[in-house]
Amino acid sequence: MSDIINLSLCDLVSNIKDKKISSEEVSSAYIERSKKSKHLNSYIEDTFALALKKSKEFDSKPDFNKKLPGVPIAIKDLFCTKNIKTTASSKILNNFVPTYESTVTQNLWDEGAILLGKLNCDEFAMGSSNETSFFGNVISPIDKNLVPGGSSGGSASALAAKLTPTTIGTDTGGSIRQPASFTGTVGLKPTYGSCSRYGIVAFASSLDQAGPMTRNVKDSALMLEVMSSFDSKDSTSIDFKRPSYSKDLSKNIKGKKIGIPNEYRVEGMSDEIEKLWEDGKNYLKNCGAEIVDISLPHTKFALPTYYIVAPAEASSNLARYDGVKYGFRTEGKNLIDMYEKTRSEGFGDEVKRRIMIGTYVLSSGYYDAYYLKAQKVRRLIKNDFNNAFQKIDAILTPSTPSSAFKIGEKSNDPVSMYLNDIFTVPVNLAGLPGISIPAGVDKKGYPLGLQIIGKPFDEQNILNIAYSMEDKINFKSDVKDWWMK
Amino acid sequence: MTIDLKTVKHISKLSRISLDEEKAKKLETDLNSIFKWIEQLNELNTKNVEPLSSIVETKLRLRKDEIKSINIRDEILKNSPDKNKDFFVVPKVVE
Repeated sequence: MSDIINLSLCDLVSNIKDKKISSEEVSSAYIERSKKSKHLNSYIEDTFALALKKSKEFDSKPDFNKKLPGVPIAIKDLFCTKNIKTTASSKILNNFVPTYESTVTQNLWDEGAILLGKLNCDEFAMGSSNETSFFGNVISPIDKNLVPGGSSGGSASALAAKLTPTTIGTDTGGSIRQPASFTGTVGLKPTYGSCSRYGIVAFASSLDQAGPMTRNVKDSALMLEVMSSFDSKDSTSIDFKRPSYSKDLSKNIKGKKIGIPNEYRVEGMSDEIEKLWEDGKNYLKNCGAEIVDISLPHTKFALPTYYIVAPAEASSNLARYDGVKYGFRTEGKNLIDMYEKTRSEGFGDEVKRRIMIGTYVLSSGYYDAYYLKAQKVRRLIKNDFNNAFQKIDAILTPSTPSSAFKIGEKSNDPVSMYLNDIFTVPVNLAGLPGISIPAGVDKKGYPLGLQIIGKPFDEQNILNIAYSMEDKINFKSDVKDWWMK
Repeated sequence: MTIDLKTVKHISKLSRISLDEEKAKKLETDLNSIFKWIEQLNELNTKNVEPLSSIVETKLRLRKDEIKSINIRDEILKNSPDKNKDFFVVPKVVE
C-alpha cells in the first residue's frame, strides 16, 4: 500500500469516496511510516490506536458527503484537543490535557478527519528553526543536518516526509510559510480573522492565524475551506461569506496585476533567490498576468516593529502560566517565589527572552518609546500595502532570504535568526493572506519558495495565482526515506 | 540606550521569572543586541500617525445578555497542579 502515501489530499479523498481505499488502510499506511520516523522527532504525542479505532468506525458507517472523509491528519501541538495532551512544546504545559477542542480542529473532525497525533513545534511557536522545543529539535527529512524551519517545524517535517497527508500550523510572523518554503511544501496563512483563534495556545493575539500546510495548492484550498469559519468564541473572527475555495479554484489569471516590491531586494540576498524571483515573474507572465513594480517603503522597519509588538503581546498572554490553574509548578517558599521558580523552570530560554523584551517595552517609562512607536510604524506598514493594492491584485516575493540552514547555525544569534522572517513578517503585521509555494532548489538541492500576498479576504485570488504558477513550475519533491528506521 | 544588569534584574522581577547571575548576564548581552537593532525605528517620524492596535478595526460585537448555565467547575479544576475540594491551592498568602 505504498501508493496511498503518495496520493495528494484531494486524490486521497476521491479514492476514499470511490471506495477504492478505506479509511483504515489510509490510517494504517501513515501509522506504519510514522512509527519509523523517530529520527525526525516530528511527533510529540501520537494517537495511532485511537486513529485506527476511528477509521474502523468510519468504514463501518461511512459518510462520503464529508469533505475529509476518514482522512487521518497529524496537527501542530498548539491546537487544543479535547482529552489529548496539548503542550505547545513547552515544559510548562507538559501535563496539560484540555477539556475542550479548538474551533479549527473541530471543523476538521466535523468534516470527517481523524487525529493522527500532535506535532512538534517551537516552544509557544516562538522560533524559526524548531530548535526551541522542550521536546528537542525537529530534523528536516531533506537532510540530517537541516532545520525544517519554524515554528511549525514538526508539521513541515511530517508533511514533507509523508507521515501525514496534510497538516495544519499557525503563523504569527511566518511560522507556516517559512517551514513550508524550507521543506518544499505549500503553506497558507489566511487573512487575520478568517480562521478562529479559539483553542489555539496564544502567542501574539493580533498576529496569530491558523492555516493549512499541504503538498499542493489544491489541497490548501480544500483545507482552508474546512478550517475557515466565523466563530463567536473569537472576538476577532470575521463574519464574511467564505467561498468554496477548492471548487472555485481556477488557473485563469489573465490580466491580473502582480506587484514586485523593490524594497524586498534586501542586502545579502543570494543570486539564487534573485533568479528564483525572476523565474516567478516569468511564470506569471506566461500565465497572462502583468508585472508591475511597486514600492513598500517601510519594509525594513517591519522586523523591528514585530519584535516589539509580538513579545509585548506574548508577555501578557503568557502571564497566565503561574503554576496555579494548570500546567507545571515548582514549589516555593511563598506565592511570589512559587511564580518565579515555576516560570523560570517551566519556560525555555527563547520564551523567557521574549517575555522579558515584551515586559520591558510595556514597562513604565518605555511604553511610548517602544510599544506605541511600534504600533504607529505598524500603521505605516499597513498603509504601504493599502496604497500598493490600489493598482495591483497581488504581490510576488521570495518566501525567505535563503534556503534552510543547518541545526545550530543561528541559534546563538537571536537577531540573525529573526532576520529569516524578513519577507513573511510584514504580511502578519498588515493582517493579509500569504501563500508560499515551492518554486525550485538551490545549489545544494534544498527547496526554495515564492510567496504570493493578497488583499484581505482575497485568498481565492492568491490560491488561483499559486495554482497557475504551480503548474508551470512543476516542482517535484525529492525527499528520500534515509531517516526511516 | 543600553540595558544594564540592574535593569535586566528589574525586568525579571516584573516578569516573575527568577534568573541566576549567569543567565542575567547572557540576557543583558542578548537584549542589548536586540534593542540596538530595534532602535532603527527612531529614524521614522511618527508624530502624526495613529497607532494600530488591531487589524480588525471594527467595533466589538454585542451579544444578548442571557444567563447561561455552564457548570464546568470540575473541568476547570482538572488540570490544577494542587487542589483541595473546589479550590486551587497556593502557598499561604495571609499571615
